[in-house]
Amino acid sequence: MSEKKESLFSKKNRKLLSDPLNDNNPVTTQVLGICSALAITVQLKPAIVMALSVLVVLSVANVVVSLMRNLIPSRIRIIVQLVVIATLVILVDQVLKAFVYDVSKELSVFVGLIITNCIIMGRLEAFALGNKPWKSFLDGLGNAFGYGWILIAVAFFRELLGAGTLFGYPVLEKLGLYEMGYENNGMMILPPMALVTVGVIIWVQRMKNRDLIES
Amino acid sequence: MQELVNIFIKSIFIDNMVFAYFLGMCSYLAVSKTVKTSVGMGFAVIFVLGITIPINYLLENYVLKQGALVWLSDSFVDVDLSFLSFIMFIAVIASMVQLVEMIVEKISPALYGSLGIFLPLIAVNCAILGGSLFMQERAYNSIVEATVFGLGSGIGWFLAIVAIAAIREKIRYSHVPAPLRGLGITFIITGLMGIAFMSFMGIKL
Repeated sequence: MSEKKESLFSKKNRKLLSDPLNDNNPVTTQVLGICSALAITVQLKPAIVMALSVLVVLSVANVVVSLMRNLIPSRIRIIVQLVVIATLVILVDQVLKAFVYDVSKELSVFVGLIITNCIIMGRLEAFALGNKPWKSFLDGLGNAFGYGWILIAVAFFRELLGAGTLFGYPVLEKLGLYEMGYENNGMMILPPMALVTVGVIIWVQRMKNRDLIES
Repeated sequence: MQELVNIFIKSIFIDNMVFAYFLGMCSYLAVSKTVKTSVGMGFAVIFVLGITIPINYLLENYVLKQGALVWLSDSFVDVDLSFLSFIMFIAVIASMVQLVEMIVEKISPALYGSLGIFLPLIAVNCAILGGSLFMQERAYNSIVEATVFGLGSGIGWFLAIVAIAAIREKIRYSHVPAPLRGLGITFIITGLMGIAFMSFMGIKL
């Protein structure tokens, strides 16, 4: 094994990791995985737990499917993928229940819904089935980070503007804004505002990168 | 009877799958470009929810729940298989979708022509698995209640996708700022529709 075909962090591999963060973001550009995402962005903590869970499931599932890609008959690949994902999600769910029970209660059905999170299916179909494990791992990581930062950004604004706290710490109260007559916007806590927040993020992103604009 | 009507109304309007829980958003955004396709997709969702939720209800109550296996033998009282529920539910959904697809193809080729392409999409629609998981969490008393909940959720999803498709057809003639066109404006409109649907929250059932 004297010659190295491609270094582990070649330019191409780095791109796999960085692309999904912005221009090819799974949420705002590929429109995947909105399903189980928005409902848990009222506060930062569950959003971060959710992002981490998706990170684990997506990167491991990508590697596993990529290792099996030459063994899976294409007719039954969806079922095989679902079984791989469901097994990983059960593991994650049990870990969450054991170590962060309160957050796991808050996430309720949305941990289970990682199974049908289209990001995972989408990346398995589009990438892991045709690429080597290491590349698939990077692709999984990149996409999970891309998904995670959108979740965290949405949760940041919703918690800050809606409840005036961050991680439950009353930031605005300490800043003395309430004495100046500021009031929390209770609407940010309601589900519809998650959609509007994502809409605005997409707006800002497309203003910066005009190539993404739909005709 | 009154209880059933309550569950039905509640699952359509108050706990609407799309506006209250964001379930099935992927297909909701992808298939809502025209009213015609969205009607097909909506019917497929009602159909599959109406079938899978009762089946998963039986599975939950006679196999998975703690003590659910006592009908086999009294020694199974402590057996709790609920950690398997994700994989069981998704297996039921995937196989039911496959089965429904084959049956529809045989019985009614016309219906298959309009529903067929949507059925495979549905296996990974979070609204379907979400429906089963909510059914598990809310612990309905009977299979009838679970079925009514399934149908109601499906109808709620149908209403949501047809409404957004109608709006998207019209909005093509409006002047939307270029970066918002397409996805962005759809998100914001859905948010506004969600606010409108929140007015149903005041209904006491």
